[in-house]
Amino acid sequence: MSTMVIGIGNRERADDALGLIAIDRLQREHPAGVEFATARGDVLKVLDLFEGAHKVIMIDAMRSGGTPGQVVRLDVSDVAVKVDLANFASSHTVNLAEAIELARTLGRLPAHLIVYGVEAQDFTLGNGLSPAVAAALEGLLTRVRKEWACTKHG
Amino acid sequence: MAEQRTIKVDYMARVEGESALDIVIEGDAVKDVKLKIFEPPRFFEALLRGRSFLEAPDITARICGICPVAYQMSAVHAMEDACGVKVTGPLRALRRLLYCGEWIESHVLHIYMLHAPDFLGKHSVVELAAEHPEIIRRGLRLKKTGNEIVGLLGGREIHPINVRVGGFYKIPTKSDFAALAEKLKLARDDALATVSWVSGFQFPDFDQDYEFVCLSHPDEYPYNEGRIVSSRGLDIPVQAFHEHFVEDHVAHSTALHCRLKARGHYKVGPLARYSLNYDKLSPLAKQAAMDAGLGRTCNNPFKSILVRAVEVVYAVDEALRILDTLERPDSPCVEVLPRAGTGFAATEAPRGMLHHTYRLDAEGNIAFAQIIPPTSQNQATIEDDLRHFIAPRLSLPDDQLQWQCEQAVRNYDPCISCSTHFLKLTVERR
Repeated sequence: MSTMVIGIGNRERADDALGLIAIDRLQREHPAGVEFATARGDVLKVLDLFEGAHKVIMIDAMRSGGTPGQVVRLDVSDVAVKVDLANFASSHTVNLAEAIELARTLGRLPAHLIVYGVEAQDFTLGNGLSPAVAAALEGLLTRVRKEWACTKHG
Repeated sequence: MAEQRTIKVDYMARVEGESALDIVIEGDAVKDVKLKIFEPPRFFEALLRGRSFLEAPDITARICGICPVAYQMSAVHAMEDACGVKVTGPLRALRRLLYCGEWIESHVLHIYMLHAPDFLGKHSVVELAAEHPEIIRRGLRLKKTGNEIVGLLGGREIHPINVRVGGFYKIPTKSDFAALAEKLKLARDDALATVSWVSGFQFPDFDQDYEFVCLSHPDEYPYNEGRIVSSRGLDIPVQAFHEHFVEDHVAHSTALHCRLKARGHYKVGPLARYSLNYDKLSPLAKQAAMDAGLGRTCNNPFKSILVRAVEVVYAVDEALRILDTLERPDSPCVEVLPRAGTGFAATEAPRGMLHHTYRLDAEGNIAFAQIIPPTSQNQATIEDDLRHFIAPRLSLPDDQLQWQCEQAVRNYDPCISCSTHFLKLTVERR
């Protein structure tokens, strides 16, 4: 059983690129027993990505009214954290919270599902990461690396 | 002084993109209905100016993550029209196969995830899945088959990268096609089960007198080519579009409203295609339609979900027919040399006809681009539907009225991000 890290976002929409940039970085390290994937546009794709994975870590930009760059870790393995997940706003037809709850309802959730959300400041088309979100990246990556390290030893 | 009610949906769920709906009711009269599209204008047409004609399919595919194939197809056909090239044979068949994939993917997403909850009194697909997990599993399986067609031929599932003016960059192998055909055979049963499931929904009695507009082709249910026809006698080549249709700015929307110069608003999409092309459906799709209780035409927008389900049967069937008779092309594309001129094309996106116009200089640089997506063509008709729908239902409490109005908008599977070149509902009762 493997660990899967999924980055969600849109590279062309400023801070929404965060999940994808995190995957670019982590993938280059080739950690053993960890697979990487991205979901851009069709969030329902995560249901297929959950198949066969023991632990899934998802990374996405969110807007919850918090301080830009703030990193939130949600363990949604057993409890639906609907209120928090609703902050992962999506212009897509099915949002991340719905995709996760759909997977839970259909019995497709991995044993461990962790969502890392980073409070975004800017979703403007064509902009890069905002300074606050860019500054949060290293800290986020360190926390995500610890997630798979603890899977290995645990 | 008559009582005024306002029903306001500030953010409409289960549609693609950002929009709002404002309804003002004064006493027992519907005073105003506005479908407000406030997704920012995206200036794709300006972005295209000065770029090479070869870039149009990849740039326009970015307009939509649900129907990128439609944008790519209208773009390549318009460029080929401008350059005097016609793509035929197996390459043409493969384009049609790619389009089948997008119809399956887009229609199934709409039917199962976005619209069925309305008919079954659920707030979301999650609630629906809790009661009928096996049904939603079927929907996900069927959608995946559509994704696989697009993934195989398009190079990836969202924003395909394998389409080019003149054909494709790379053609999949025979064994890839054979494996796809096996999956489609299973998908056919899921598609038929979808029609049967949807046919059991309750549909409000709401036949409307529409002018339907879509493509029509002598031999096939329309995807990539045909003449533009209407239920009131219009029959023109795609090149004559601008002589008969015009786009207007309206203050409440960032999307332009498109209308027929002679007769005003009209309707594109599944009901139009079905009603004007019923005889071109495959025998299996026709049988599914009849078993579902549909006639040869359908004027009830609430039954568009049923017609979409029939079109999914058709798309699966057609994909299998194409694969069965396909000869792998010798070359992945034909050469298209640029020349100065103007090119036009219309193709049938899942939501309806999508028209592209491009003017090129002698080197093939784009001097002018105009894209007319289906949702902007339907916007005035959506508002009109709501006016007629609300009038006899004014006694309903606001929350029920709002629910039914949202359902009426979702009949169109509106793709708001496309039409701007998203939905909030307000009902004001005065």
